[in-house]
Amino acid sequence: MSDILLSRRVSLQWLGGAAMASAMPAFAQNSAQVAAPARRLVSLSGALTEVVYLLNAQSLLVGTDTTSLFPEAAQKTTKVGYVRQLSAEGLLSLKPDAVVGTSDAGPPVVLDQIRQAGVRVALVKAEHNWAEVQEKVKVVGRETGRVADAEKLLAQLDTQWSSVQAQVAKAQRKPRVLFVLAHSGSPQVAGRGTAANALIQYAGCVNAIDQFDGYKPLTAEAMASAAPEVIINTTQGIEALGGEQAFWKRPELALTPAFAKKALVTLEASHLLGFGPRLPTAVQALHMRSLQWVA
Amino acid sequence: MAASRWRTPAGRLSRSAALLLGAVLVLLAMVWGAASGAYAIAPAQLPGIVWDGLRGLLGGAVQQGPEHLVFLNIRLPRLLMGVAAGAGLGLAGALMQGLFRNPLADPGLIGVSSGAALAAGITIVLGGMYLPWLPRHLGSWALVVMAFGGGLAVTAVVYVLGQVQGTTRIGLMLLAGIAINALAGAGLGFLSFISTDEQLRNLQMWLLGSLGASRWSAVGLVGSAVALNTLAALALARPLNAIALGEAQANLLGVAVEKTKRRTVLVAALAVGAVTATTGIIGFIGLVAPHWVRLIAGPDHRVVLPGSALLGAALVVSADAVARTIVKPAELPLGVLTAFIGVPLFLAMLRQFRSKV
Repeated sequence: MSDILLSRRVSLQWLGGAAMASAMPAFAQNSAQVAAPARRLVSLSGALTEVVYLLNAQSLLVGTDTTSLFPEAAQKTTKVGYVRQLSAEGLLSLKPDAVVGTSDAGPPVVLDQIRQAGVRVALVKAEHNWAEVQEKVKVVGRETGRVADAEKLLAQLDTQWSSVQAQVAKAQRKPRVLFVLAHSGSPQVAGRGTAANALIQYAGCVNAIDQFDGYKPLTAEAMASAAPEVIINTTQGIEALGGEQAFWKRPELALTPAFAKKALVTLEASHLLGFGPRLPTAVQALHMRSLQWVA
Repeated sequence: MAASRWRTPAGRLSRSAALLLGAVLVLLAMVWGAASGAYAIAPAQLPGIVWDGLRGLLGGAVQQGPEHLVFLNIRLPRLLMGVAAGAGLGLAGALMQGLFRNPLADPGLIGVSSGAALAAGITIVLGGMYLPWLPRHLGSWALVVMAFGGGLAVTAVVYVLGQVQGTTRIGLMLLAGIAINALAGAGLGFLSFISTDEQLRNLQMWLLGSLGASRWSAVGLVGSAVALNTLAALALARPLNAIALGEAQANLLGVAVEKTKRRTVLVAALAVGAVTATTGIIGFIGLVAPHWVRLIAGPDHRVVLPGSALLGAALVVSADAVARTIVKPAELPLGVLTAFIGVPLFLAMLRQFRSKV
């Protein structure tokens, strides 16, 4: 929402600004230059980083954001920091010719400054759907000059996706599931408009929460009335709570149907919520495992 | 003796010596800030780049390289924003401590920061969906304009609540400030409850403060606001000196006490509002800078006010130089750093001078 707010840039370059801008016309031209593949690339999204590795373009990668944790090699790349608090000078110090990211990246002023410096900035809108994943593959293919490889990967992923979707469509039953994030304090559950919600629907499940948008804390009573049959969490979230046993000791959970069977499905966070090339396997895992609990 | 010209009988620096020292500190900080950054630019290149920039301003042909762009469009505006922000916060801190006659006062007391934060929160969380005219009419300035307006509006409320029959009761204003700050905090809490993940994180980042969004246009606005308010503040130095003796005494000395109070609040609110609206919350500069100035140059507002502006500028520029480089190529939020540096120093001072506070 604030992206909408801030992305409609009114370029009011006045006072010193006007003079400085006019002093540097050549930089403006640079940014309009069209597309030789990047030789130095920065990725601002875990999913896009995964695609870079799948397209075997990791030698181009000079920096990634803090969510680029997969594959493991990506963790050793230079980290440009948290994706909403980028530093223009820091990014430019890596001397990239292209930056790829999602619409989460910001602040917008910093992206403007990077563009002004002649760096291509390609942003994929985060919409939590399959088209977003396809777009990510296309963008990385284009930016790294591996368009043919990207198309091949895309065809593979599409096949994988349709077979997963067919499998999901055949299911007799839609388990009621609840995505819980409980790092500390009261657990936050995923409502509408979240990546978790989109994933739940792709996996042929019903989100037990459909009354609100985003992540909200939920009381024990509301948890009970939501009546989830299966709880979904990230492996990192469960670890942070001290393991599965400790998780089920949380008082809010005792009143849910899921509690009786200790029905818990966990996946690694970037796999579960990244909306990258591993989305088909995440959806399949979520589908199969939650169905097992209600069988 | 040359030294005695610079020292008052109490062993403190004289006014001109203190201000000279402040100016030197600002210059040193600026040189440090100009020479440091994630992007490697050899210090020897800097004079040439600045010279080219100046020639460009006058319409001459300019050399272009990535170093020119990074320095002239990113690092330099940020440096100047640091000077303006630090000066505004230091000045406002000194004004507040003078007005409340309390060394623990800071600009937050009159609600300007929490008002700005609340308005920023409203813009971030409700801006796109419920207040669609905001982005439509204000564009990328929506957040800045709203935060500035919010800061002033809340200050006005605190000021009015501090009035009894046309006179401003400072104690009452202090209590009103505390109450309104708490209310704004609750408002922010509510906003963060209804926000999406993304909005929450944007809000959090705003509350931590950063000079990262220093466009030239913003530097021009904040810089001129702070400069004007510094001039206005200097005219308040003598009346504030008189008020330090007590309001009754100040009245007897012929000082227009009410007018002074009103102007002090207005000048402080305008300075902090302009700074906070563009950078987010940068804490502790307004608290720490005036303290140090009083320690080395005594309590005369004719030195405390400009001195705090200079020291504030030096502190923010230095803190930002660290924020930009300590975790490069990423960047630490500035408000985190000023608190980390400011609070321990402040506590150390408290220990040292606890008999006097």
